[in-house]
Amino acid sequence: MTRRLTLAVAVALAAAGPALSETLPEAVQFERGAVAASLTGMPGDPEAGVKVMTTNALGNCVACHLVSALPDVPFPGDIGPALDGAASRYSEAQLRGIIANSKHTFEGSFMPAFYKTEGYIRPGNAYTGKAATEPLPPILTAAQIEDVLAFVLTLKD
Amino acid sequence: MQCKSKTAAVLAPVLTLAALALPGHANPVDDQLVIEGENGPVEIVTEAPAPDHLKGVLETIYSGWRFRNDETRALERDDFDNPGMVFVDRGRDKWNAPIGAKGESCASCHGGPEAFKGLRAVTPRVDEKTGALMTMENYIDACLTQRMGLESWNWTSTDMSDMLALISMQSRGMAVNVAIDGPAAPYWEKGKEIYYTRYGQLEMACANCHEQYFGHMIRADHLSQGQTNGFPVYRLKDAGLLSAQKRFVGCVRDTRAETFKPNSPEFKALELYVASRGNGLSVEGVSVRH
Ligand code: HEC
Ligand code: HEC
Repeated sequence: MTRRLTLAVAVALAAAGPALSETLPEAVQFERGAVAASLTGMPGDPEAGVKVMTTNALGNCVACHLVSALPDVPFPGDIGPALDGAASRYSEAQLRGIIANSKHTFEGSFMPAFYKTEGYIRPGNAYTGKAATEPLPPILTAAQIEDVLAFVLTLKD
Repeated sequence: MQCKSKTAAVLAPVLTLAALALPGHANPVDDQLVIEGENGPVEIVTEAPAPDHLKGVLETIYSGWRFRNDETRALERDDFDNPGMVFVDRGRDKWNAPIGAKGESCASCHGGPEAFKGLRAVTPRVDEKTGALMTMENYIDACLTQRMGLESWNWTSTDMSDMLALISMQSRGMAVNVAIDGPAAPYWEKGKEIYYTRYGQLEMACANCHEQYFGHMIRADHLSQGQTNGFPVYRLKDAGLLSAQKRFVGCVRDTRAETFKPNSPEFKALELYVASRGNGLSVEGVSVRH
């Protein structure tokens, strides 16, 4: 296939709906923790990423991380390192891997895996305390992962 | 991991700076608790050397009181200000009331609630006669159903928490000292396993929050060691009393997991194990948290 043709197919798929062009959680290729390919084939939206990062029921990254570029977030946590300058420390592929499933980068990390659907102990139905059957929907969608990544990529020293 | 050590090296200066910028932020507050009660002041041990079974894991254990803010801590210094004390009074009324099928009361068999001084400090424990693991609720329930001819009180009912509050108060100031050996050992082992299991879609264990990251902020919450010496707890957020197992339900639910039920074998074993991590801290009677 020529390059232009590939692009045309990708655009067609994207137009047909995100599910078609998405990499499913179980198909994500981690290479020493990093994920080279976009999960959606499209660039994320950093503004939408901020929403995901600061919403309790979504990413809630600020429960554990300070982000100085978001001074209006009340009570950021200090469990993980501040995300300031993260994009200077890691490549795009490494950051995508950390956000999708940080345990491939940081063994045994306390940070939840946001793009994973099974292999849990007593999985629950969100925050109800009731049982749920695997595979669960991942905590974040492929598009939300890419949105968060787009914002984190702006955090340069 | 390669990546991790590299990160640690890069981050070291950043972390030092953060620590400087937030003095005392990551630690329990330095404060002492003496409770003014009906019978004079009672000194409460809120910091103690960790029990032997935690060697190499924790050096010092702290009551959750040391992680709360000034206003919340103040409410526990005087029983006049402690909103949990009304439940103790309600428990006393229940204690004296002739509620049994033949008109018996707790008092008609046991005398005053002082009869149970010390019980709160050693429960959960394995009952010598039956070999069963008994929480305070199990003892109360046994009297209700086997001796007074009554229906079981629901584990999370106000009757139950009022009675817990009254009996717990009788041990205020005594050191938590639950047995972990002999017949308690298998229950304790099971509780320990649960404590370190990473449940739910967030894959978090009690140990992640309360051992690895106590003293840190998880959003607006200052993580304590998750000790149970203060229970039952008056929780300002709920405006009500909370038993240890009710707290466990909330903590497990927050990991996006299927919780265990109060009085399940799992939560009873966990209550014993968590209590043993606080051996040496004082029973607070009825504590105040937010
Ligand atoms: C419950 C806690 C928690 C949450 C929620 C969390 N993280 Fe983390 N994160 C950590 C911890 C802890 C580390 C440090 C790695 C380790 O040692 O496990 C980390 C590391 C990172 C790193 C590497 C930082 C560095 O400089 O080394 C990035 C980037 C990151 N997290 C991004 C995110 C994003 C984006 C989200 C939300 C979508 C998020 N985290 C949610 C706990 C969390
Ligand atoms: C996601 C984080 C998290 C996990 C996992 C967690 N807890 Fe907690 N726990 C909290 C927070 C936040 C509080 C309220 C602040 C505090 O006291 O630490 C709390 C409070 C408590 C308290 C009350 C302490 C007091 O003095 O009032 C106990 C007891 C407790 N947890 C036990 C447990 C046990 C047992 C488990 C595992 C079954 C567990 N927690 C798992 C976050 C967690």
